[in-house]
Amino acid sequence: MTDQTNFVEIRHAQKSFGTLEVLKDISLSVERGQIVGIIGSSGSGKSTLLRAINDLDPLTGGEVWLDGVQVNQALSHRQYEKHINQMRQQVGMVFQHFNLFPHMTARENVTMAPKMLKGLSQAEADKLAEEQLDKVGMLERIDYYPSQLSGGQKQRVAIARALAMKPKLMLFDEATSALDPELVEEVNHVMRKLAEEHMTMIIVTHEMDFAASVCDRVLFMDQGVVVEEGPPSLLFTNPTQTRTREFLRKHLEGAK
Amino acid sequence: MGLDFSVIPKYIDIILLGCAWTIGITVAAAILSFAGGIVFAVIALYAPWLIRQPFRFFEWLFMGTPLLLQLFLIYFGLVQIGIDLPAFVAGIIGLGLHFAVYNSELIQTAILSVDKGQMEAARTLGLSRTEALRKVVVPQAVRAVIPPIGNNMIALLKDSALVSVIGVSELTLSAQRAIGATYRPFEFYLLAAACYYVINLAMEWVQRKIERRISISR
Repeated sequence: MTDQTNFVEIRHAQKSFGTLEVLKDISLSVERGQIVGIIGSSGSGKSTLLRAINDLDPLTGGEVWLDGVQVNQALSHRQYEKHINQMRQQVGMVFQHFNLFPHMTARENVTMAPKMLKGLSQAEADKLAEEQLDKVGMLERIDYYPSQLSGGQKQRVAIARALAMKPKLMLFDEATSALDPELVEEVNHVMRKLAEEHMTMIIVTHEMDFAASVCDRVLFMDQGVVVEEGPPSLLFTNPTQTRTREFLRKHLEGAK
Repeated sequence: MGLDFSVIPKYIDIILLGCAWTIGITVAAAILSFAGGIVFAVIALYAPWLIRQPFRFFEWLFMGTPLLLQLFLIYFGLVQIGIDLPAFVAGIIGLGLHFAVYNSELIQTAILSVDKGQMEAARTLGLSRTEALRKVVVPQAVRAVIPPIGNNMIALLKDSALVSVIGVSELTLSAQRAIGATYRPFEFYLLAAACYYVINLAMEWVQRKIERRISISR
């Protein structure tokens, strides 16, 4: 069964909160090294879909597969906990509001999970923290607390924290939406660097220019379905669906 | 006869020994109440129903009955079922558990007020819920409740006088003993009050130190 699945594969994903259906039978596959952008207005289900991939928002129907293993397996509670913690170690996630641990320095934020879950020694962990924070350009702030950092710096530390677990896949949930405009580029720069290293990424974003320049494929979601998908060169310049055109037009107006 | 503080030097060693007992019992009970408060808070919020329900009763028992009665129960009551604790141990357990329940209330509220993104971030890294609570959520909650817990600890110091009734020679009982020998209640009670005041100041100082060390701002 390993051969039959793509690197990331979502099959008939369905999610409802009570009577509200937020994901309606969505299927999606992502190849290794691919960068997929998801755009759409708020409430379209794009964040829910992203959060279903590491089971942060469990699906009510359908399957999620990562590298040949089903993420949302039906297991006993205890077994499932073990399984999902294993799976999540392979998936890095970056949040809109950073969610750095405020009582830990940048170094501690980055090393906490690898030390706990991979048994790294303090020396190994320090080396890892220096590597990862250097990668996002935050090495000189290694012993700063989040409260001493700007939004862009916090988000870069958050990316380093996720990368420190050596994930196979990175999920970005509106990573720059909470940032002041002048801080967006420093985070985008880090994400571009990851793209150059062929990290597989799924990016939920409001930034069309960034999506257009980085993504191999872009999905437009509306009301719980994928309305249209394709390479950014086509989707942004020549959308086939009315809803996509409408969204892009509104977005363009908003940007002006 | 007016006030005559010249009797004090002769009994100062009894009073100082009493101070030492009061400090010792307060510190031990404070540590117990703090550690217990964290454990109780986690039980109250996350334990399965079968554990949570008996725990509620236990909580009610410690919040809804007088501390004095609880000390009697632990010291005199437990003997009947074969648990014979030294008086000071009974005092520490009684004070510690009593204030653990109050601390637990504070810590529960603080745990619930930690942003849920913190738990999510920890879980996405692969930590289990227990690990995330231990490393991420509880440490933040505890930092947030240091000031109100400090208030509880000052109440604990004052209530430590109650363990005199089970025969622990702490400050209040020591003062009473000195009074028994000298018939000078005003002088020795004033002295004891002054001692409590100084210990209190010391505790506030320690609390400020701790707060400064571990305080965080988002």
